[in-house]
Amino acid sequence: MSFVLGRLGQTVLVLLVAAFVSFALFRYVGDPVNNMVGQSASLADREAMRAALGLDDAFILQFARFVGNALTGDFGMSYRFGQPVATLIAERFPATLELALISMLIATGLGVPLGVWTALHRDHWAAQALMAASLIGVALPTFLIGIALILFFSVWLGWLPSFGRGQVVAIGGWSTGLLTTSGLRALVLPAVTLGVFQLALILRLARAEMLEVMRADFIRFARARGLKPRAIQYRHALRNTLVPVVTMIGLQFGNVFAFSIIVETVFQWPGLGLLVIQAIQFADVPLLAAYLVLIALCFAVINLAVDLAYVAIDPRVRSGAGVRRTA
Amino acid sequence: MSALLSVQGLRVEIARRGRAMTAIDDVSFEIAAGEILGVVGESGAGKSVTGTAVLGLLERPARQAGGRILFDGRRIDTLDEDAMRALRGKEIAAVFQDPLTSLDPLMTIGDQLTETIRTHLDLNPAEAVERAARLLAEVGIPAPRERLASYPHEMSGGMRQRVVLALAFSCEPRLIIADEPTTALDVSIQAQILDLLRAMCRERGTAVMLVTHDMGVIAEVADRVAVMYAGRLVEVGPTASLLAAAAHPYTRGLMASIPDLHRRDVELAQIPGSMPRPDAPVPGCAFHPRCPRALVRCASERPPTFTVGASEVACWLADPVARSAA
Repeated sequence: MSFVLGRLGQTVLVLLVAAFVSFALFRYVGDPVNNMVGQSASLADREAMRAALGLDDAFILQFARFVGNALTGDFGMSYRFGQPVATLIAERFPATLELALISMLIATGLGVPLGVWTALHRDHWAAQALMAASLIGVALPTFLIGIALILFFSVWLGWLPSFGRGQVVAIGGWSTGLLTTSGLRALVLPAVTLGVFQLALILRLARAEMLEVMRADFIRFARARGLKPRAIQYRHALRNTLVPVVTMIGLQFGNVFAFSIIVETVFQWPGLGLLVIQAIQFADVPLLAAYLVLIALCFAVINLAVDLAYVAIDPRVRSGAGVRRTA
Repeated sequence: MSALLSVQGLRVEIARRGRAMTAIDDVSFEIAAGEILGVVGESGAGKSVTGTAVLGLLERPARQAGGRILFDGRRIDTLDEDAMRALRGKEIAAVFQDPLTSLDPLMTIGDQLTETIRTHLDLNPAEAVERAARLLAEVGIPAPRERLASYPHEMSGGMRQRVVLALAFSCEPRLIIADEPTTALDVSIQAQILDLLRAMCRERGTAVMLVTHDMGVIAEVADRVAVMYAGRLVEVGPTASLLAAAAHPYTRGLMASIPDLHRRDVELAQIPGSMPRPDAPVPGCAFHPRCPRALVRCASERPPTFTVGASEVACWLADPVARSAA
C-alpha cells in the first residue's frame, strides 16, 4: 500500500514537471496574439489583447495560474477555436484513447503469444516466416501501412470504411465507438495500422527474452528435475519473460500516442492528433499545454500500472530488492 | 556386482562450423549403488559434459556420437524424451553449480518442491506439501513449514543450495549428478553442504557422480576417483590409493599442485603448458606434450587402459610389457 502511495506522489511530481516544461516551451513557439488579431490591428489593440489573456504577467505567475486552473479542470480558452480547451479535449480524447488501447491490445494479444511460439519452435518454417514479417513490420512507415490497408480493404475489397469513426454512442461524457457495428468496423483499419509496428516489436522482444530465459540455469535445472515441457515453458519460462516485456509495452504506449497523430491524419480519425496538428500550426498554447499535460498523465497512469504489474509478477519487487529493468 | 550406472565408450561431439569436434572421447566408467564417484579434471576436460550426457540433457550443438549409457542394467541413452524425463528427477537427480541461479526466482521454494514431487509421485497437494516440509527439515533449514512460502531471493546462497539438495532428494533418486555443487559457495559453507550431501547419500544409499575440479572435495567424500583430461579418462581408482600413489603422470601433476598449508616454503608445482582444445586434437596420448615422462610412442599411439593395482590407467608407462622389459 505504501508502495502505491509513494508511486502516486511521484506521479504528481512528474505531472507538475511536465506541465512546467510544456508551459515554458510554448512561450517560444510564437506570439499567439499575432495570429488572433488581424493585420490591421493597432499596437494598442495588441496590448489590450495581451493584457486580457494575462500574457504580460510574470512567467511564474502565469504558470501558477495555469496549474491552479488546471486543478479545477479549466485549461483556458483555445486561441484558435474560442472554446474551452477542456471541452475540446473531452470531445476528442475518447477517440484517441480507444484507438490507442485497441491497437495495443491487438499488438500485445498477438505479439506475446507469437513471440513465445517462435522462440519455442525456432526451426519451424512458420516461425521463420513470422520473424521475417516482423522485420518488415518494424521497418515499414506507419502512414504507408495505413494507405496500403485502405487501398486493399476499402478501395479494392470494399470491406471496411477508410475514414472517420462511424457511429458513436455517448455514455456519460464519453463517446465510444466500441458499441456499434459501424464504430467497430471503422476502428479496424486505424487500430491495425497503429498496432503493426508495436506488434512486430513486442513479438521480437518476447521471442528474444524467451530464448534467453530458456537458456537460464533454472530452466536447465527444471529440466533436470524432470518437469514436463509445458510446465517448464509456461510456468517457469514465460513468467520470467514477462517482466521486461511488460516494461516495454508500457514504454511503447507513449509511442502509440505519438504515432496516432499520423494514423489519425491518414484515416481522418476525429481524435486528439488532428486537433494537435491544427493547434501547432496556430501556436494555440493553452490547447498544446493541456494536450502535453494529458499525455504526461497517460504516461504516468500507464507507468503506475506497469509498476503494479511488476508487483504481481515479481516477488523481488515486493520485498524491495533490486530488479533488473530493461528501459 | 552389477553397476547402477555404466557408461561404455561414451563419445560426444560438438558441431562447430560444419565440423564435428570430439568433446568426450571413448569414456567408460561405472558407479555402483550407493557409491560416490568423484570426477576431476581442469575446466574443459569434459566432466560436466559427461554428467549432462548421463542426464540426457545434451543440447545442440552437442550430441552423443557413440557409446552406451546403462542405468540399472537398462539402456537409457536411446530412450525417448518422455521416458527419459520420467527418469530425471525421479531416479537420476541433479545438483548444479550455482544455487543462486538454479531456482526459479518468481516461484516459492514450496511450489518448486511440490511441483517436482507431484510430477513424479502420485501424491495429493496436502501430502506433497507435507513431504516438502519434511525435506526442508532434513536439509537443515529451520522453520521449514514457514520457509515453504519463501522466494529464493529471500535466502542466502548456502540456504539455496540446501533447497537445491532438497529438490534433488525429493523423489528418493538412486543416483545424483552433482556438478560442482560447492564451487559457488563460501569455503565455510562448502564443508557444510558437502557433509550434508554425503550424510544424505549414505543414509539412503544414493550413488553420486560428483563433478569437481577441487581435489580437496574429492579427498573428503569420494569412494573412487575418475580423472579426466581433454575429453578422455586417464585414471580411475579408489580414492585412498589414487591419493597415495597415482599412476598417471597427469594425476601426479594434479596432486603436486595442491597447496599444502604445512609447507609454505615450497613453491607450488605446476603442470607446464595447457590442455589441448577440442578443435586442435593431439595425436597419441593427449597429455604427451606436457608429460615429463613421455615416451616416443606416446606421440603417435593412444594408450589403452591398463590395470595397475586397484586402478585403471590409460598410460604407456603402465604397460606391463614395457615394465617387464624395463
